Amino acid sequence: MRTRTILRLLVAALTTAPATALSQEATVPAFRQLDSIEARVQGCVTCHGHNGQGAGNGIFPRIAAKPAGYLYNQLIAFRDGSRQYAPMNYLVAYLPDRYLHEMADYFASQRPPFPPREAVNVEAAILARGQALVTNGDASKAIPACVACHGSGLTGMNPGIPGLVGLRASYITAQLTRWRVNERHATEPDCMRRIASRLSDADVTAAAAWLAARDPPRDPSPESSNLVRMPFACGSQR
Amino acid sequence: MTMARRMLVLVFALAVVLLVVAIVLSILRPRALSGYATAVPASTQAIDRGEYLARAGDCVACHTQPEGREFAGGRAMPTPFGNLYVPNITPDEETGIGSWTADEFYRMMHTGISRDGTLLYPAMPFASYTKVTRADSDAIYAYLMSVPPVRQKNRPHELRFPFNNRDLLIGWRTLYFNEGEYVSDPAQSAQWNRGAYLVQGLGHCAMCHTAINALGGSSESKAFEGGMIPNQNWYAPSLTSNREAGLGNWNIKEISDLLQVGTCNRGAVYGPMAEVVYNSLQYLSDDDAEAMAVYLKALPPHEAEPPPTNQARLVNPGVMETGRKLYAAQCAVCHGDEGKGQPPAFPPLAGNQSITMSSPVNSIRTVLNGGYAPGTRKNPRPYGMPPFAHVFDDNEVAAVVTYIRVAWGNGGTPVTPAETNELRKLLPQ
Repeated sequence: MRTRTILRLLVAALTTAPATALSQEATVPAFRQLDSIEARVQGCVTCHGHNGQGAGNGIFPRIAAKPAGYLYNQLIAFRDGSRQYAPMNYLVAYLPDRYLHEMADYFASQRPPFPPREAVNVEAAILARGQALVTNGDASKAIPACVACHGSGLTGMNPGIPGLVGLRASYITAQLTRWRVNERHATEPDCMRRIASRLSDADVTAAAAWLAARDPPRDPSPESSNLVRMPFACGSQR
Repeated sequence: MTMARRMLVLVFALAVVLLVVAIVLSILRPRALSGYATAVPASTQAIDRGEYLARAGDCVACHTQPEGREFAGGRAMPTPFGNLYVPNITPDEETGIGSWTADEFYRMMHTGISRDGTLLYPAMPFASYTKVTRADSDAIYAYLMSVPPVRQKNRPHELRFPFNNRDLLIGWRTLYFNEGEYVSDPAQSAQWNRGAYLVQGLGHCAMCHTAINALGGSSESKAFEGGMIPNQNWYAPSLTSNREAGLGNWNIKEISDLLQVGTCNRGAVYGPMAEVVYNSLQYLSDDDAEAMAVYLKALPPHEAEPPPTNQARLVNPGVMETGRKLYAAQCAVCHGDEGKGQPPAFPPLAGNQSITMSSPVNSIRTVLNGGYAPGTRKNPRPYGMPPFAHVFDDNEVAAVVTYIRVAWGNGGTPVTPAETNELRKLLPQ
């Protein structure tokens, strides 16, 4: 099986045009053992990669090492329609809670290498604004720092707050925008809505650019849960 | 007389007196009037049975909005004639069916006439539910009365002229509606009859697997011959043609597994059928799933056209080669070099009727959007196929679908990039 898989990956690399910045193998179906969670998540791999490393574009995000609780909440939201993205809504429509949890646990436990960081083409002033927002927030607009909840290394916090590492600027921008226009929600109290509603277009661009341009962390594991120090109450941390 | 003996007589006498008093009291105690009998809450047994039957009828699928309260309705049902909004069937007195009687519920199920005399649109499968027995209708009624009432007003339908005129339904009913409970066929086994009752009645399989014409009707002579499902753009295969989902070559276990488990050694359900298995068929008892399988397998074969000869040689060699390479690179790891699959995890493609049937729609959509079999009680961790819409362009999708339809002796026909392009424009659902 192993050699066959490797052969297939080679064939794949030779026969299909590279569609993403990532190496092609990461998104071609392959697994070692039939009765395994690895084989069962083949439905995810052409977009998110074998180990959840993402497609390296702004559409299919890195999901590896994000907190299992966060991934599980997203899968449930896609299944039940409270988070709208037709390809995901369709794929997980008829999957039970326990199985979605197992999938979430699998990708949360993965530690694939990071893709090369994005070359963001913005002015230094914009990056500086982004850095300020992410690390310090903006007291004049009552915006807390991203690191206050997403962790000092921005690798997220268990159980429900996602890491912001290894994501593309366009993905981060799209998600923040969805929150601002009330298309994306989290469990009440929805702390992210409170924050997103205070961000301007320029703030979103700046934060997304700075996040995408950072070097990947040495340890992508999320921080452990620490409700006490969060600036806003978040339903997804309960 | 000894003391002990005297005591014994006394105790005996006392017992007799008590017995007489008890009998007299029981005779004198006022009885419930017979008219009150229906007000006694239905027994747990009847409610359980009703729940089972309501699942067999898949009421929840239409009468619940995504993320909405169960049975509270409100779900938009797009039809070629405009949107219908499914009503609230929780026992709320004002906005649901809380004030309906079992008689009124049965009349609705049996005749498609609502409590207030309104003719129902046939999106409600009363043409199938008319086959349901009075006892089963009463059990479903008892169950629906037992669920939590939800106050949610029904939303008016948004049908285009002239379909917004319910009088047209009189004509539809004359053409397409035959009222009547299921009548057992004494020439067939009890198991076959049970299967027929479920398939034709609560299962309302004909709603998709019998083609619907421009008037939204389906003709009995074409029963279960398959057709496109309006507004969903999936093809419901014929259950009577061995070229499609005809079951002549399947064994009973394979058929009942497909229905109840969602997957079997011949293939897996996907698209709208995954929804049916997830919400309804997975809850069937083994006996009922087997009865349905026995009935479906016995449906008389009805081939519209002779099976085509293998067309592999007629396909443009360049297309065939592209399809073969893409298959080897992306598909063979699960479906096998020779298309044999790794059933029941990954279905075989060689000899798989749902690949080779005349409509290529389902195969194209599955390549574009992937899909997971439903997670069921007997298969809670199904395998899934990833989307390839972002990996393959229209020519590549057409090539790989053409390849699997003609390779390994498969009797399908080639598909074009244009057909692929049409389906790419649709949202996955």
